Amino acid sequence: MRTIECAGKKIELDEDGYLTNLNDWSEDLAKMLSKEDNLDLTEPHWEVINFLRSYYQQYQIAPMIKILVKEIKKTMGADKGNTKYLYQLFPDGPAKQACRYAGLPKPTGCV
Amino acid sequence: MTKEKTAEEQCNEACEANERIQEQLKFSKIKVKAVKLTGEINIPELNPKSMLSVKPQLLTAKEMLEHLGYPAGGLVPNWKEVFLRKMDEMLKKYRSVKLYMDICVKCGACVDKCHYYLGTGDPLNMPVARQELMRKVYRRYFTLPGKLFGSRFVNGSDLSEELLVMWYTYFYQCSECRRCSVFCPYGIDTAEITMAAREILNSVGIVQKYLHEIIFKAQVIGNNLGMQQNAIVNALEFVQDELQEETGLDIKVPIDVEGAEVLFVTPSADFFASPHIESLYGYAKVFHQAGISWTMSTHASEGGNFGLFIHNYEHMKKINKRIWEAARALKVKRVVGGECGHMWRVLSSYSNTMWGPFDYLDQKYKRPQHICELTNDLLNRGALKIDKSANEEFIVTMHDSCQVARGMELGGMPNGQFEIPRAVIRGVCEKFVEMPADTIKERTFCCGAGQGLLGDDMMATRVKGAMPRMQAYHYAKRESGVNFVALICAICKAQLSKMFPEYGVAMEEVGGIHQLVGRAIVLGAKESV
Repeated sequence: MRTIECAGKKIELDEDGYLTNLNDWSEDLAKMLSKEDNLDLTEPHWEVINFLRSYYQQYQIAPMIKILVKEIKKTMGADKGNTKYLYQLFPDGPAKQACRYAGLPKPTGCV
Repeated sequence: MTKEKTAEEQCNEACEANERIQEQLKFSKIKVKAVKLTGEINIPELNPKSMLSVKPQLLTAKEMLEHLGYPAGGLVPNWKEVFLRKMDEMLKKYRSVKLYMDICVKCGACVDKCHYYLGTGDPLNMPVARQELMRKVYRRYFTLPGKLFGSRFVNGSDLSEELLVMWYTYFYQCSECRRCSVFCPYGIDTAEITMAAREILNSVGIVQKYLHEIIFKAQVIGNNLGMQQNAIVNALEFVQDELQEETGLDIKVPIDVEGAEVLFVTPSADFFASPHIESLYGYAKVFHQAGISWTMSTHASEGGNFGLFIHNYEHMKKINKRIWEAARALKVKRVVGGECGHMWRVLSSYSNTMWGPFDYLDQKYKRPQHICELTNDLLNRGALKIDKSANEEFIVTMHDSCQVARGMELGGMPNGQFEIPRAVIRGVCEKFVEMPADTIKERTFCCGAGQGLLGDDMMATRVKGAMPRMQAYHYAKRESGVNFVALICAICKAQLSKMFPEYGVAMEEVGGIHQLVGRAIVLGAKESV
């Protein structure tokens, strides 16, 4: 457990760097978290993050990777609609790294 | 060991003990590098205590701990008393554990059989040494000489905070894979000892996060991932749309359909992760082409059963119950299980004693079937048309997942758990090659993350524990050009697809058997079944 300060507010993260309270999320926080990994969030990163957040709001879980791939294909073009591209954006894996920046809980189970 | 007293004056002795334990069990991220692959599995030089700092995260969520019936405030004040009471209970309840405490002759046959020992060189990862952590307590407190003359007389251990730390560390560096028991002349099963040890730790308030969080979710939400019903329906509808788009056929991925012949249960990872999801496409194609009506269930949306990992029948029963409630409610004739290792062990070996007899099922299928058994039957009867050329790019090998390989049986025939999955692979692929004989079938090596060790917090044991499997795969790759490992366990899929890149192999070389089936099956005009 650790806290980071973002826009004057102390925000709690769990041992793996995921938000303890999902309502603490902000775009600035996503930027801060990605900066810690030496990653600059570009437009495609935000596409993924925003989609994850809207899917989560409806289903209380991240989408399966194929749903994410299809969405990216739809919005960014066929050449980007594949898992490889998602791994290029989020080298630690879209399911975990992107979820962390998007303020979603860490997926559990055999994944 | 440093024992710093805290400043808080109101803290009593128990409070301080808890704080010391929390401090010593604190999780810290440890990065390890994968060794270079040579194709050889060598017995390592001893590297004592090298894994002592590797500990999984503790569960602290009060709501979950209370639901599971474990202490919610960390180490309980009278922990020694609770510990011994629980151990006594386990020894009486599981006669096997008591027998294993008594019969080891220290012959040493097991020492180099554990993947965690081979990968780490830490002597406490030798199965006999791991068992000895419990046996020393057993000798001290549960044998007459130990009770009368104390620990020194019997080479035993008095209960101490240091012992708790050792237990938590090394009983969470055992994946309960049971490989060592194959080589033990007495058949001592370290898994049973580890399971009991974990449950004893739980009783005093030392509860590992990954595995128990999942037991909580499986009981309360219904699956390990914690997917709500609308998310499951959304995922399965997506798969159905994709299948229909890909094939132009009316392939169904049915959910909660009353009156279907088959209730299909599979790990929830199959609805979510890669490469797991690819097998789901395969299952759907098999059912479609064979003309078998099937359904999945939002109520029984998990095949896996982590209750097994701590030998807690209450947890196991609760999780297993959903399957049989769904089978009854949906009025199915039989239950079929998907690609999941320990699911198969629980489903096939324990279901009947927990919730049987299943007199409401078709009596031809009194026991659950494995999807490989079903597909193999169809292949044998010529009921599926197969185009092996769809898999011609692959030279396939098979990783036997420990809970299937060293579980009970599959398909009602001797060695069915080895032969049936291989028959399916051979049925859909031209090229199949085995890894070295010491690393497959009943001697298979664990993927390195089984039975509750798949969390990111366990990356050090995951990387080191995967070494033997990776070496064996590398050997098969070098000698025979193998480029795909097929398997039937969700944990193995998650672990190996993460470990392959760590060891410099592409993650796409890992997948389920039904991923291969799905590619090769020729869809279209129905064949008779």
